[in-house]
Amino acid sequence: MSAAIGFEDWQALIQLYADYAGTVDAGHWEQWPEFFTDDCVYRVQPRENHERGFPLATLSFESKGMLKDRAYGIRETLFHDPYYQRHVVGLPRLLRADEGRYEVEANYAVFRTKLSQLTTVYNVGRSLDVVVRMPAGLKFARREFIYDSEMIPNSMIYPL
Amino acid sequence: MNAPIPRAELAASTMNWERGTSRIPFAVYNDPALHKQELQRFFYERHWCYVGLEAEIPKPGDYKRTEIGERSVILVRALDGAIHVVENACAHRGVAFCRARHGNAQAFVCPYHQWNYALDGRLRGVPMRHGVKRDGVVQGGMPADFNFADHGLTRLKVAVRGGVVFASFDHDVEAFEDFVGPAVLRYFDRLFDGRQLKILGYNRQRIPGNWKLMQENIKDPYHPGLLHTWFVTFGLWRADNRARMVMDGHHRHAAMISTRGNAGAVSEVSRVSSFKQAMNLHDPRFLDIVPEAWWNGPTAVMTTLFPSVILQQQVNSVSTRQIVPDGHGHFDFVWTHFGFEDDTPEMTRRRLRQANLFGPAGFVSADDGEVIEFSQETFEAKPAHRTLAELGGDEVADTDHMVTETLIRGMYRYWREVMAR
Ligand code: FES
Ligand SMILES: [Fe+2]
Repeated sequence: MSAAIGFEDWQALIQLYADYAGTVDAGHWEQWPEFFTDDCVYRVQPRENHERGFPLATLSFESKGMLKDRAYGIRETLFHDPYYQRHVVGLPRLLRADEGRYEVEANYAVFRTKLSQLTTVYNVGRSLDVVVRMPAGLKFARREFIYDSEMIPNSMIYPL
Repeated sequence: MNAPIPRAELAASTMNWERGTSRIPFAVYNDPALHKQELQRFFYERHWCYVGLEAEIPKPGDYKRTEIGERSVILVRALDGAIHVVENACAHRGVAFCRARHGNAQAFVCPYHQWNYALDGRLRGVPMRHGVKRDGVVQGGMPADFNFADHGLTRLKVAVRGGVVFASFDHDVEAFEDFVGPAVLRYFDRLFDGRQLKILGYNRQRIPGNWKLMQENIKDPYHPGLLHTWFVTFGLWRADNRARMVMDGHHRHAAMISTRGNAGAVSEVSRVSSFKQAMNLHDPRFLDIVPEAWWNGPTAVMTTLFPSVILQQQVNSVSTRQIVPDGHGHFDFVWTHFGFEDDTPEMTRRRLRQANLFGPAGFVSADDGEVIEFSQETFEAKPAHRTLAELGGDEVADTDHMVTETLIRGMYRYWREVMAR
């Protein structure tokens, strides 16, 4: 499980994770797909399904196009109570480093704040990621949020 | 067992209705005493409740922990292959001993004093039953007349049909087929036609609203083409589709049957802000719909079995949605998505892709939980008021269109009959 990586690559990786969290926490949904490759996989899956080998995920997208459709849905088609979300992401844990390709795991907690309400812990787990170097910089080829949280508090509208 | 709540304790407002059952008092959603009585009368007596799918416990010894109402139960396949449902409550001092959500066991053992039960709930072993000998004298032990047969786990009556398992605490409950009734059973059998089911996985959400609101949501064909842009824009569910609303003889269960048409077409129903004629998907695979032979026409059939479950067919996406109340103001909603043994890998992928429309994050169902939450907010704040469910009048009858709230009125006609008993 050890992996070596140069300082510059490590810095770029940290920057990617920080920028990703900053973008989704700011609600910049149109920018969110730009963190991914065209044929990316994006999933938010209960830990239960992950560990039992069940393929179902709460969100399961297989292309940047699907992410764009979700971004459109948030703005135009999904009626919801607006909320802020705030990611606290642990340091990425590098599982494997190949030339221009990294397998990474990172713990995360997302807090939700609904208007006029108290802040609550919304979703907690880890992400299992594949990051690849593209001409435009590092992109996620795969982002899977495996969540410990046993219940989704009513609904999940925004991407983790 | 929860003792029945005396009638006098129920708020008078919960039984004071205007115009048949078309105006539902907010009080029926926010009264803790009423809720306890509902648990007793709908979940613990005279009704069959959903507990799971046979495919979840394929091997002898497999079990799954779940709930009926607010009571914990275990669905288990015994070593001889028979299916049992037992209450997760030790006969000794009540410990809810089963903590894993699923697993495989030869027996159930309560950790507190190690009472041991067979998988069908029969008591098999009680430590120190005959006392403990010290200095040649036997000390303690259970009374001589202690009878194992009297102290098993509570065993439920079980019905299995088409691979779906229902259970009842009430051993005098009518046969499952009579409970569902022929009109709705037809649609149950259409989905569960004997093919082996394949579990695709679970989604779990906690919705801050009264449990009946979820039954109402799936007895409400009015909202999908209005609240859900995807339904109206892509023609999956809109008021000008061919549709039928069908109830059982007691009006407690229902099927909403609809056939897709009119995608993108402009008509009366598209003059709503949720209709987006120009909307195009970046990735149309979300709606890569392939008709299946077993549909026999309808592209969507949503079946409500009162009180505990919703059976979903929306094009290629099929699931059960279990309602687990937790007090009058919350319920857990457990989705089990599945496929069939003869599904090709492409069909499995298609079902999984279309699952993005449903569940707690679904393009067309995330917002159902939201509106239920907002309804409950008002019910709590303004208990003396009432809802209005008068689309199509105040009649209760099957229809051949979806511009009606008749199924909701039917459900409350039944609810009143049972609660007034
Ligand atoms: S409470 Fe279960 S053995 Fe005592
Ligand atoms: Fe809906």
